Amino acid sequence: METAALAWLGAGIGAGIAIVGGGIGIGLVGAGAMHGIARQPQSAATIQTAMLIAAAFIEGIALFALVICFMLYLKA
Amino acid sequence: MTQTPATHEAGGHAEGAFNPGESIMHHIRDSHELEIPFFPEVRIPLPEWHVFGVDLSITKHVVMMWIVSAILLLVFGWVGRRVGSGHVPGRLRSALEVMVVYIRDEVARKAIGPGADRYVGYLLTTFFFILLCNLLGLVPGMSTATGNISVTASLAIVAFLMIQFAGIREYGFFKHFKNLVPSGLPGWLVLPMFGVEFISMFVKPFALCVRLFANMMAGHVVILAFISLIFILGAVAVPVAIFFALFVHLLELLIGTLQAYIFTMLTASFIGMSAHPAH
Repeated sequence: METAALAWLGAGIGAGIAIVGGGIGIGLVGAGAMHGIARQPQSAATIQTAMLIAAAFIEGIALFALVICFMLYLKA
Repeated sequence: MTQTPATHEAGGHAEGAFNPGESIMHHIRDSHELEIPFFPEVRIPLPEWHVFGVDLSITKHVVMMWIVSAILLLVFGWVGRRVGSGHVPGRLRSALEVMVVYIRDEVARKAIGPGADRYVGYLLTTFFFILLCNLLGLVPGMSTATGNISVTASLAIVAFLMIQFAGIREYGFFKHFKNLVPSGLPGWLVLPMFGVEFISMFVKPFALCVRLFANMMAGHVVILAFISLIFILGAVAVPVAIFFALFVHLLELLIGTLQAYIFTMLTASFIGMSAHPAH
């Protein structure tokens, strides 16, 4: 297979796998937040803020991988 | 696989056909010309300036950063002109004061502890600059300066310098590096620990840089990809594409604000860890 095709294939599969990890991570954070709010509704605002911050970190990691995939796509 | 003429034009299908990859990159990338919306033929060339092989020309993103700086100077200069004189604050000042006091109390003072007020100016500048750059990129006709890795790298370099400055000011040059390793470690652990902490000193600002850059670039790429669907699939894709592009555009408001806050919070946290190491 020519290198351009391999690079594009790598970019696509890499992006998919990276997003799976990010999705699972943010899902777990959301689940933890739901449990916390269900136990103590009065701390909902604090938990929500903490959830958003943790989700942004996890999204950042998924986007690191996305940047590499984008570079692969451009190099080919 | 044989090399047919079709695979040669794998990037673009035919002469004059729409090339989504190229079109998206054209909007994301920095350029030496300013473009006006609704008048695609009008391109204002910006002055180029190369110094010793380094490209220091005034580009589109530089102009965007100048616009952001001008807005910040005007707005905060106007709002701060009667601080401390007992004058009752108006609406704009009260609105900005909510954010300024939040950054000062919840972010800077909580993360840094004693001596935080010295770094509050820098943290406020970082927060409002990144916030306004991110939000300005969503206005049609403007582009996101923080979607350029050079801009975020510069912000991360300044953060790195502030972190080192905080530690060296508290403890002096050599003790700041000795603080990387907690006391009371078994002897064989000291050298690997120092290596790991030394590398993490550089990795943390690098992560700040890439996180902000990737978030901003990815948001605009997704919006442009949805709009490109219209050109690829024809008129049938218009409602879906517009709906999703609008949804992502609004999500970008939240993400831009969140990323500005996270950059500031992490920088404050690193400054706190450097100036007052818990061990």
